[in-house]
Amino acid sequence: MMSDNMIKVGMADLNVAQTGGLKTTGLGSCIGVSLYDAKMKIAGLAHVMLPSSELARDTDFNPAKFVDTAIPELIRRMEVLGAQLRRLEAKLAGGAQMFAFSEGDVLRIGPRNVETCKNLLKQFNIPIIGEDTGGHYGRSIEVHCDTGIVYIRSVHQGVKEL
Amino acid sequence: MDVLKEIGNIGAGHAATSLSLLLDRYVGMLVPRVSIVRFESLSDCVGGPEQVVAAVYSRVSGEVSGHLFFLLSVESAKKMLKNFAGLDVAPGDAYSEMERSALCEIGNIMTGSYLTSLADLTKLTVHPSVPSFAVDMAGAILGHGALGYGAVSDCALLIDTKFVGGTKEVDSHFILLPDPESFAPLFGALGVRIG
Repeated sequence: MMSDNMIKVGMADLNVAQTGGLKTTGLGSCIGVSLYDAKMKIAGLAHVMLPSSELARDTDFNPAKFVDTAIPELIRRMEVLGAQLRRLEAKLAGGAQMFAFSEGDVLRIGPRNVETCKNLLKQFNIPIIGEDTGGHYGRSIEVHCDTGIVYIRSVHQGVKEL
Repeated sequence: MDVLKEIGNIGAGHAATSLSLLLDRYVGMLVPRVSIVRFESLSDCVGGPEQVVAAVYSRVSGEVSGHLFFLLSVESAKKMLKNFAGLDVAPGDAYSEMERSALCEIGNIMTGSYLTSLADLTKLTVHPSVPSFAVDMAGAILGHGALGYGAVSDCALLIDTKFVGGTKEVDSHFILLPDPESFAPLFGALGVRIG
């Protein structure tokens, strides 16, 4: 893994690529959603913070922050490149609870991000073919355009492949 | 901004004194840095999102609420355990139960000093949660503190105070991310009006 030619996706950010790949680092409770069209070799990656845009205080917000706005935007961007919704497959990583015992709603954000992603992908009929979510640790991920493979790196668990 | 710097200054000043006592050596601090940073740049002050750090985290609640992180490099945390707690420390990233609870206790003392000064300065109530400990990527750790900002903005307000000593082993950061809802009481208590 760790090849060159990777487009960096920041926190609350998303992007698409047709060559090389995409990467995002330091996912905690945030979730990394990777979509892939194997025929066109088009990959998309979003680093999403919160489950629902209903949390937004105003209407002019960055769609990559919320699961329910990031996934449709990611699909749209991939379709612009020539991907087709019916061919898309998803892989999910992240959605951890970084600190085990803290109070309040904020602490359930990780699992809620995962749940919301799954519900939404189901609505779009996009199968989830790989998943590494939950736990109490951070992850960095890379998706490669030529294979669709997602590599997941964490401090204590080494590298995983989805 | 100057007012917020003062919060970092006074809070961390007391924490630095506590740390000096714990380590039995001089611990100084740099002028606090108050910045409004985009989410992806949160961890730049400690070396980027993938930099591995040891963190003692407290959720702060009360009239002022937010997230308080005491961050150390992995080596600093190990040295602190050896010098202060007198523990026989194994090298590497793993921490035993004993080491984790010793670091939590150090973090607890430091957090207590920081928040007591903050409460004295603002006359507002603040309560820290029981601290929790993690060794992980800085991005994943500090991202936790930014969640509350997600609903209102693409940036977070970060008050960062760096500790320095004669030697490298005390290099550490105190990072306070006040909740957006706390700006008004915080500024109000310090005599600053916000529109």
